[in-house]
Amino acid sequence: MDALKQELKENLIEQLNLEDMSPEDIANDDMLFGDGLGLDSIDALELIVMLDKNYGIKLTDPKEGRAIFESINTMAAYISEHRTK
Amino acid sequence: MKNVYINSVGSISAQKTFDNTEFLNEITEYNDNVIFAVNPVYKDYIPPAAARRMAKGIKMGIVTSKIALKEANINQVDAIITGTGMGCVRDSEKFVSAIIDNDEQYLTPTPFIQSTHNTVGGQIALELNCKGYNFTYVHSSISFESAVMDALLQLQLDEAKHILVGGVDELGDHTTKIHKIINHIKPEAITPTNLLKSKTEGAVFGEGANFFVLSNEKSNTSYAEIVSVKTYNTLKQEALKQQAIAFLKEHDLSTNDLDLLILGNNGDVNFDAYYHTLSETFSKTPQAYYKHLSGEFNTASSFGFWLASKVIKTQSLPEIVRLNGLQTSQYKTVLLYNQYRGENHSFTLLRQC
Repeated sequence: MDALKQELKENLIEQLNLEDMSPEDIANDDMLFGDGLGLDSIDALELIVMLDKNYGIKLTDPKEGRAIFESINTMAAYISEHRTK
Repeated sequence: MKNVYINSVGSISAQKTFDNTEFLNEITEYNDNVIFAVNPVYKDYIPPAAARRMAKGIKMGIVTSKIALKEANINQVDAIITGTGMGCVRDSEKFVSAIIDNDEQYLTPTPFIQSTHNTVGGQIALELNCKGYNFTYVHSSISFESAVMDALLQLQLDEAKHILVGGVDELGDHTTKIHKIINHIKPEAITPTNLLKSKTEGAVFGEGANFFVLSNEKSNTSYAEIVSVKTYNTLKQEALKQQAIAFLKEHDLSTNDLDLLILGNNGDVNFDAYYHTLSETFSKTPQAYYKHLSGEFNTASSFGFWLASKVIKTQSLPEIVRLNGLQTSQYKTVLLYNQYRGENHSFTLLRQC
């Protein structure tokens, strides 16, 4: 699980062009949207594509995303349970 | 009709031109066939959260716009007019590559949003909160001149007071590769001082952004007056001399009245003959060139426009841009001529104000 969390942080930084950030700057329970990292709706779309491409998870209900993308912890838990690749 | 003035400049190029207090004091040497812009610290001008999705062309456009606005001592303009040959080519490449690599799946929105030509003008407007006229001209090597002509008409007719006008193009890896294959880029590495000695076809490719505040009110920051701009999609080499003379005559000038001729020579043995024709026509006039400093790109002539503006304002011609040995005591009337691969020719006439 720790390796997955590290991988997610690295992917997040690369996919979302979070310049000047390193994985160490993102805590596992940091809020990704809103007051935390400050991600926005375009980032949410990027994350949905990342889930599909890297882990074979298709999110059909956008409302699901709100809970899944809350933090690195919630993302890692969801991916561990639902990944197909 | 009102006169139109260049009230400020902002430039990012392969030289350190973003600092308006300097004028080619320090030359960035290279030995290559593709040269990249010298970057300012973008974070000093654009909030990191906004900058993270911006392609280099957008960043260069926004920063040069902000530099120009600051120098003109204004916070807002009535219109933003951009010239670009290739637009945000890096994101276009990213988007198209993703379509191919991922078998038309997993497409993310950011490169698509950024891939249109008018993204630069749009992002500048968002940064400045400018809700006025916003137009982008994509006309190959007369993209910048087309933007200037639009602004000139609006300002002359007093439909606007201040217009931000610029030219911007960025280098993209895939596009560069293609230009190398079709010999639009020189096969050999070149140093700035050797560009015009090259005996090969193609040019040294570059990138950059040059934005200007054009106004119909002269100010204490004014660089020069824009007298006229004329463009041609096609122009035969044999007709060039006559067209240049006719263009000057429209403004009651002859070949002896110019203080400086600035040419867009890029060292391509197949097309520099156009420039040689004008060099001979104006053999008694001091001449300058600039693509050995900026590289060739669709809006490289905006760097020439920047050069002309600086020469007129400072009344000095840096040694590095001199094309012939002729000297003059003043730079009052300056003619620029540019073309790329024998097409899309332009004359721009500037005057001291």
